[in-house]
Amino acid sequence: MSVKRNKPIIELNKVTKSFGTFQALKGVDATIFEGEFFSLLGPSGCGKTTLLRMIAGFEEATSGTIVIGGKLMTGIPANKRPTNMVFQSYAIFPHLSVGDNVGYGLKTRKLPKAEIAAEVEKALKMVDLGGFSDRAAHELSGGQRQRVALARALVMRPKVILLDEPLSALDKKLRDQMQVELRNLQRSIGITFILVTHDQEEALIMSDRIAVMFEGEIAQLASPEELYRHPVSHRVASFIGVMNFLKATTTVADDQEITLNIPSLGTVSVPASYMPAGMDADTVKTIGIRPEMLTILFDDADKSTCRVEGTVTSTMYYGDMTYYSVKLSDHDDDVTISMRNTAGRSIVPAGGLVQVGWGVESIVLFK
Amino acid sequence: MSRVLKFISARWMVTYAVAYMIFLYAPVVLLPVFALNDATIIAFPLSGFTTNWFVVLWHTEALHGAIRNSLFVAVTAAILSTVLGSFAARASARYSFPAKRSIMGFIMLPLVLPEIIVAVALLVVMMRLGMSLSLWTVVAGHILICTPFAIAIMSSAFQGLDQSLEEASLDLGETRVGTFLRITLPLVMPGVISSLLICFTISLDEFIIAFFLTGTDVTLPVYIWSQLRFPTKLPSIMALGTILLVLSIGLLIIAEWFRRRASKKQGLEASPTGGFV
Ligand SMILES: Nc1ncnc2c1ncn2[C@@H]1O[C@H](COP(=O)(O)OP(=O)(O)OP(=O)(O)O)[C@@H](O)[C@H]1O
Ligand SMILES: [Mg+2]
Repeated sequence: MSVKRNKPIIELNKVTKSFGTFQALKGVDATIFEGEFFSLLGPSGCGKTTLLRMIAGFEEATSGTIVIGGKLMTGIPANKRPTNMVFQSYAIFPHLSVGDNVGYGLKTRKLPKAEIAAEVEKALKMVDLGGFSDRAAHELSGGQRQRVALARALVMRPKVILLDEPLSALDKKLRDQMQVELRNLQRSIGITFILVTHDQEEALIMSDRIAVMFEGEIAQLASPEELYRHPVSHRVASFIGVMNFLKATTTVADDQEITLNIPSLGTVSVPASYMPAGMDADTVKTIGIRPEMLTILFDDADKSTCRVEGTVTSTMYYGDMTYYSVKLSDHDDDVTISMRNTAGRSIVPAGGLVQVGWGVESIVLFK
Repeated sequence: MSRVLKFISARWMVTYAVAYMIFLYAPVVLLPVFALNDATIIAFPLSGFTTNWFVVLWHTEALHGAIRNSLFVAVTAAILSTVLGSFAARASARYSFPAKRSIMGFIMLPLVLPEIIVAVALLVVMMRLGMSLSLWTVVAGHILICTPFAIAIMSSAFQGLDQSLEEASLDLGETRVGTFLRITLPLVMPGVISSLLICFTISLDEFIIAFFLTGTDVTLPVYIWSQLRFPTKLPSIMALGTILLVLSIGLLIIAEWFRRRASKKQGLEASPTGGFV
């Protein structure tokens, strides 16, 4: 576990939220630690924004409690909470200059003018906007507005900064750049960040831990690596990246080993430790394997542990990668295999017969 | 065939538009013409240029009283309508409550009700309640007809206001009152000014309600109407009309300018028909 576990900063206890008869959150439990970069990841409408707004104090929980920094937040309004939010629309005050936007919160704290100006400039420098203080808000580009919104939150030195899809309005290149910058900034200042996103790649790149949400519930809460390698359900597995599912049944199981019969791959034995918590040998119905864990063997010298024959049904060339659809057997749908394109390696056309190599250690067990 | 039709219909449209404009604006143009004509009889040919009729206005005491009354009524009605209109617009833009549509429709009703009906109804009610007629009863009547306009203007001001701006302000530690003063008010200010000006203009030249509901203090339109009985006073009424015309147009232009500035401030394209001018 790469995350150093500090003190808890936010504790969510069985938090629910109903809008009329519709239940947007169905009992969320989570603990977020000091200095952590935490992401809420899930498809549209799963309740990410609702949860974030409840932490910020814009919505009251229907039941359950939210504790921030050891204090119960029930009934405490947004302006008295140690959190600051970066809005999806950035919510830059259009009638104020950049400096007045960033200094807005400090002014409510009645700090002396000179001190505010110094703090504002410091915050603007942090987001690479030094000297922008006198600009009008409407003169800014999308990326700059995003930075101003961030500076406006940073300058308050909150315990937690909440970000609701802060990068979704930016174009791809700028987004990639901002992901790295935001991550580095968070590392260097050590403030807890909670990021809402529906972009799994963004969550994987930036987060210490990710809570994957479906329909108002956390399906899995884990580090990016854990999440990618050991998703707990079909749904999580297919939401984070691509996963090939193959039918499987347990033939023999003991404390040490589980032997599986996988029609498309043959009979394999995996260590008993592969069994996810809450599952036993009899409940295994499928196994999962990532596209990059399968390889097309181009020369016979390649000594992969296991190999199986398949037929290429389609090929998609991406420049650096090639994605193959390969039929392994009649028992399963075609699997996707991703191959890095290296010098001198040819692309196998559809219809080609190939040897597919795979390793036992890349198998994930599912119900 | 269709091209011929198109040609004919285009020509008819132009003719229609020109006739319409003449019908609408010719009388208005005649107003300053006769106000500056050196004759007591309103007829062509014009006999000469004079500013005498404006001087006469300057010396008419009763007129000054009527202007003071009108200003009092118009300013009071404008302020109260704008305040009430802002509350209603804000409520309808932000919150959902039972029967919202019907309630809002009900408030907007005076916009389409014939003024004479409103005036008579109000008169009957006030008589029943035993209220004595005064400028305040006129103010009440004018608030009734001005509030729908204020609501319409303030609605567009509040709708253009991104709710997350107010949330951001709260989030940054500002109180609700502080948020209203530092964020909401400055951003809807152009709408407020526009609403004040429109309501002021509507109240200033409103006749029917003022006629029915006023006591001994007359407002300007009622005064003008009373003077029409004296033919010799006609040219000076024309002069007064000219002044009012210029004033009204001026106010409407300023109101529209504020409305457009509001839209621009919020980064929206001002729709040419979104306002009232
Ligand atoms: N004020 C509200 N009244 C009624 N329903 C609401 C309200 N706010 C949110 N919802 C509903 O709650 C659910 C969760 O909404 P939420 O905004 O949290 O989703 P989200 O995960 O942020 O989705 P997205 O990625 O699209 O932003 C949605 O089905 C939404 O329709
Ligand atoms: Mg959302």
